[in-house]
Amino acid sequence: MGLTSKLGEMGVITVRLEDAVNWARTRAMWPMLFGLACCAIEMMSTQASLYDLSRFGMELMRPSPRQSDLMIVAGRVTRKMAPVLRQLYDQMPEPKWVLSMGDCASCGGVFNNYAVVQGVDEIVPVDVYVAGCPPRPEQLIHGIMMLHERVKQEHISDWA
Amino acid sequence: MTALNPIEALQAAFADAIEDAQTFRGETTIVVAREAIVDVCRYCRDTEGLAYNFLSDVTGVDYHPQEPRFGVLYHLYSMIHNRSLRLKVLLPGDDPVVPSVTEVYPAANWSEREIYDLLGVRFSGHPDMRRILLPDDWEGHPLRKDYPLGKETVQFSFNFDHVDQYKPYAQE
Amino acid sequence: MTGIRDSAWEGDLEQLKGLVSERALTGETMVLNMGPQHPSTHGVLRLILELDGETIVNCTPDVGYLHTGIEKTFESKRYEQAVVLTDRMDYLNPLGNNLAYCLAVEKLTELDVPPRAQYLRVLLAELTRINSHLVWLGTHALDIGAMSVFLYCFREREKVLDIFEMVAGQRMMATYFRPGGLWRDVPEEFEPAVRDFLDYFPAKIDDYEKLLTENPLWRDRTQGIGYLSADDAVRLGCTGPTLRGSGVNWDIRKAIPYSSYDHFEFDVPLGQHGDVYDRYLIRIEEMRQSLRIVRQALDNLPSGPVRSNNRKYVPPPRSEIGHSMEALIHHFKLWTEGFRPPEGEVYVRVESPRGELGCFLASDGSPRPWRVHFRTPSFIHLSALPHMAKGHMIADLVGIVGSIDIVLGDCDR
Repeated sequence: MGLTSKLGEMGVITVRLEDAVNWARTRAMWPMLFGLACCAIEMMSTQASLYDLSRFGMELMRPSPRQSDLMIVAGRVTRKMAPVLRQLYDQMPEPKWVLSMGDCASCGGVFNNYAVVQGVDEIVPVDVYVAGCPPRPEQLIHGIMMLHERVKQEHISDWA
Repeated sequence: MTALNPIEALQAAFADAIEDAQTFRGETTIVVAREAIVDVCRYCRDTEGLAYNFLSDVTGVDYHPQEPRFGVLYHLYSMIHNRSLRLKVLLPGDDPVVPSVTEVYPAANWSEREIYDLLGVRFSGHPDMRRILLPDDWEGHPLRKDYPLGKETVQFSFNFDHVDQYKPYAQE
Repeated sequence: MTGIRDSAWEGDLEQLKGLVSERALTGETMVLNMGPQHPSTHGVLRLILELDGETIVNCTPDVGYLHTGIEKTFESKRYEQAVVLTDRMDYLNPLGNNLAYCLAVEKLTELDVPPRAQYLRVLLAELTRINSHLVWLGTHALDIGAMSVFLYCFREREKVLDIFEMVAGQRMMATYFRPGGLWRDVPEEFEPAVRDFLDYFPAKIDDYEKLLTENPLWRDRTQGIGYLSADDAVRLGCTGPTLRGSGVNWDIRKAIPYSSYDHFEFDVPLGQHGDVYDRYLIRIEEMRQSLRIVRQALDNLPSGPVRSNNRKYVPPPRSEIGHSMEALIHHFKLWTEGFRPPEGEVYVRVESPRGELGCFLASDGSPRPWRVHFRTPSFIHLSALPHMAKGHMIADLVGIVGSIDIVLGDCDR
């Protein structure tokens, strides 16, 4: 990550501010405890013993949107749920990211009908889409890694 | 306590209200006039030889374009005699109202609300006749046959740009 | 948690009047909105609570946040295509849903299922029950405050999911049961894997019990909470462990045996007090009984085909298509047009981990079902929640919601 160390007598590390901030953001990215449907169960598996998401500094699921950085939309978003979801997104503090987990959240999946929103990107801007019905925990972790890679590429000039 | 034949028992007790009775795949279906459904249910529950004490399910079917258009089906079950019975009420399309059986079987409460929500059949005398699954401001009743499925064009590689340009993407 | 004046309620005080008492309108009691985004509502359940201090005066569940339109979608799919939709309904019990739907189609078409397929169905349905109860136990304990049980339960659950993945290629949404039998036979590694699990799992159930059953905190939080009398349970339509927790001995596997459940020996655990604790004990015991059934099914597994030989409804095996013109025609007909069952209406019950799962199927003789309806236990149990919750503290509500084991996908469909 482009970390330059000058460990001399001073014990000083010099690093670009961008890199330091991005490193901090990726290593403690708290997801929101927010499950909708089937994918939420796989999200719980990802949290639990075998897959252990805390390896990536993400063990802390926050039930409150005001304390979370990442919204994992796990499951189908229905027309009744859509306004609630948008409200939760608006309550999250910047910087925030959205990961659309599973086919239903990404594009409606097998439910192409009146009740399901055909892709959560119609409601909130999505950063990473994870395919699968439901995606395996490995797939979700891969999606999160992709998001981390993306966050590491962010520049100070892009910050609002 | 011997088990009574439900068709014979109901025909004897409600001669005018029993419109039809049939058996298909071992399941008995009795078509009941809608005015009598509450009394028939109470009779089925309280008569000793019938004792249908458990209401499994209430559901509705839209037989559009046939008339009578709607069917409301009650799946009764007797834990004592270990057998089930289906009661059916047929309703005309222009007046889909049926008396609620919640006073006999409280389990019907939400099922009846669901039928109202999805099929638009109203239950008179129901304590809380609101939509249950769909938002309160939803228009129409999706399980009716004249209600479209509401599917959207699926985005494939050959029509990606065309669909994409109409897709309502969210803003920050 | 946000205020009551949130979404659909705005300007509709008349409707609110039926849900809360007069005291709420004068401000004497407080109306609190719990959900739809709340960690202990197991998904997207919304509860409108009227509180007098911490005591619940009224509780009104508001469901439908996961209404997926599955029943409408069924009507646009052919019979054999629609199996995939059933998995996604009750996502903790995917194979049980497959089973209910397949049994309904088989009853409608009078399709025979070979004994091997029936035994494998029972075996996998019982493993699904264990899988579902493990998620229930983990989340229920987590809600009440026992974190470690959650981690243990999900560790064991992975073993079950590995077995599903082995037979069907998918961890959760297996879609392994098809009308007329199974998708294909189980692989060779299946039997040793299940035997490993059978040896491994009983000790783990004891571990959960050690953590919870005698734990004074757990007993304080669950005993005497959410009482449901036997009469009320039947009246309100409760089934499964919720009904048996109140002492009513009714298990569909015993009462109306399907898929050769009458070949197996198992006990139906019953509760006495009808509270959260008894329902917990019953589900724990059910896991042990499920293991018994799995062991018997594995020991007595018949050999033979796993699909019906009725070519009108079941596609021929791949190997036949190469040399039999007739098989090719059947295959083509089935996958392009589908099969046409006779006209009629059937209703089939199975015992899902939550209770009675009913599948109502109406056919008009075309390859697509005219109407499919699922009687789902979560839906009916939630309608009984206000009855159980009234008079309890708000903290106990979390335990009661957990004890009836709701899955919102099952409830809203």
